[in-house]
Amino acid sequence: MFKLKSKTQDALLFYILRTISLVVIALLLGIIYILIKAAWPSIVGNGLSFLLRKDWNPVEDQYGALPFIFGTVVTSLVALLIATPVSILIALFITEYLPKTFSRIISLLVEMVAAIPSIVFGLWGIFYLAPFVKSTIAPFLKTHLGFLPLFQGPSFGIGILTASLILSIMIVPTISSICRSIFELIPAHQKEASYALGSTKYEMIKLAIISPSLSGISSAVVLGLGRALGETMAVTMLIGNSPVISSSLFSPAATMASVMANEYADANTPLHVSSLCYLALLLFLITFLSNLFARTIVKSFSKG
Amino acid sequence: MNYRVYRKFKNYLFLALTLASALAVLAPLFMIIQFVLVQGASSLNLNFFTELPKPVGETGGGMKHAILGTIYLVLLGAAIAIPIGVTCGVYLSEFSKSKLSKTLKLTVDLMSGIPSIVIGIFAYLIVVVPLKSFSALAGGIALAIIMLPIIIKTSEEILKLVPNHIREAGLALGLPRWKVILFIVLKGSISNLLTGIILAISRAAGETAPLLFTAFGNMYLSYHINEPMASLPVQIYTYAISPFKDWQRQAWGGAFVLMVLILTMNLIARYILGKIKDKKGI
Repeated sequence: MFKLKSKTQDALLFYILRTISLVVIALLLGIIYILIKAAWPSIVGNGLSFLLRKDWNPVEDQYGALPFIFGTVVTSLVALLIATPVSILIALFITEYLPKTFSRIISLLVEMVAAIPSIVFGLWGIFYLAPFVKSTIAPFLKTHLGFLPLFQGPSFGIGILTASLILSIMIVPTISSICRSIFELIPAHQKEASYALGSTKYEMIKLAIISPSLSGISSAVVLGLGRALGETMAVTMLIGNSPVISSSLFSPAATMASVMANEYADANTPLHVSSLCYLALLLFLITFLSNLFARTIVKSFSKG
Repeated sequence: MNYRVYRKFKNYLFLALTLASALAVLAPLFMIIQFVLVQGASSLNLNFFTELPKPVGETGGGMKHAILGTIYLVLLGAAIAIPIGVTCGVYLSEFSKSKLSKTLKLTVDLMSGIPSIVIGIFAYLIVVVPLKSFSALAGGIALAIIMLPIIIKTSEEILKLVPNHIREAGLALGLPRWKVILFIVLKGSISNLLTGIILAISRAAGETAPLLFTAFGNMYLSYHINEPMASLPVQIYTYAISPFKDWQRQAWGGAFVLMVLILTMNLIARYILGKIKDKKGI
């Protein structure tokens, strides 16, 4: 057998590793390229007004994405509004209040929530959460906050509110696990200094933990947002899938991901397919940018 | 109110809030598990695992095709993702200072954030459109892209746990670097690398969205790579939104099987991972 110098052998392995790494980078670029290419007819045909038009009508081949952008943004924001305080509090509970053994168990349980498949959340949502929202949560909100346009109109169980609730359950593990790792980075002497000044535990947490972690917490929230924006199955099963824009949280809606899940397999006119790809491209760009943003914050945080 | 009492009160109020939020997070987890256990276990029987679906209206029938289909699709995805993923993990851990390494890290981070439905559309465009048919291959490729970032990240982390003096010892014995990497660093970590692979598999096994228009699903048993293939998540979805009581019952059965599979895999992987990290004192 022919013999190579060990230096050549090393170089060979190095090039193999490098090539495969390049393949993975090329894959990401390939995804972007293919999406742009497939969306191109709709980008040319509809232009940017695609983002602002309200009509989505495959029968007449007219496509405007506003209802889906609206649905995606509203469900994600409501979900963040519910999930952020809860995630921060549970992260504090685990790091500051619980003894070590318990904190391990509770954090494992929280991470188990992340392991549950989206489809199971959807199934549970249809048969438990949606009826619960209809019979209990919606009437409660109506009687106490019914003067707000957010809580008016009939509730059918499925709709923006239910989808947001399931999303908030799904993104808590993401936000709380990042918050937890940030809180664990806080040096002990910082907490001790706060106690030495006579703080109660709450004041210590406010002064020594929350305020120095704010930028880290915001990156956790942005990562949670990224997950909420792209979440498909549970939302598709619970949002009602109708492209309407309404001020009521009880009304059904649709998101960019849910319309893709519903219509892609049956889309038959080229413009319909291409418009769905346009939506996919938009969703990709939004999640891409939010991840990039969160990453830069985390990076500057870990350096500082 | 006395200021000191007020501060104490705020302190207790905060504790109560953290406790309440912990309960608020864990309650749905327990409710889902209890729901799936009760509803799912009652709809499971031997037929569920050994029979194909019956036509609408006839009771009975099972999800044999979907269970086997999920296993097939996940293995197909793993077969594509594992070699590429582990190789990238080796590159990131052994050559972490290079510029390409940093780009690759960024790529992996961004890739893990892509919504799975977008990955499904990508797989549709590159496989289903040219071959003109929904296929297991397209589903496998979509799942592989979902698994890839998880495998790369965990293998990088695990290989970085190998202490440097072990590499130095190998080099000091006069071994070429590639032998040190392959036979000392990689070979010594194979069982640990499995944890990342198990995590990736458990994630992929529950994915529905990317399979909706790649593997698509069918009602019979098929092992052809270029034909549509059923999978548990898609079958659960189809059954869950159907109006038939018997199908909805079967959806719960499917969810039970899927949850047991995924949670077990997750727990095993986390258990091993925890042990590794304890041993290294991290």
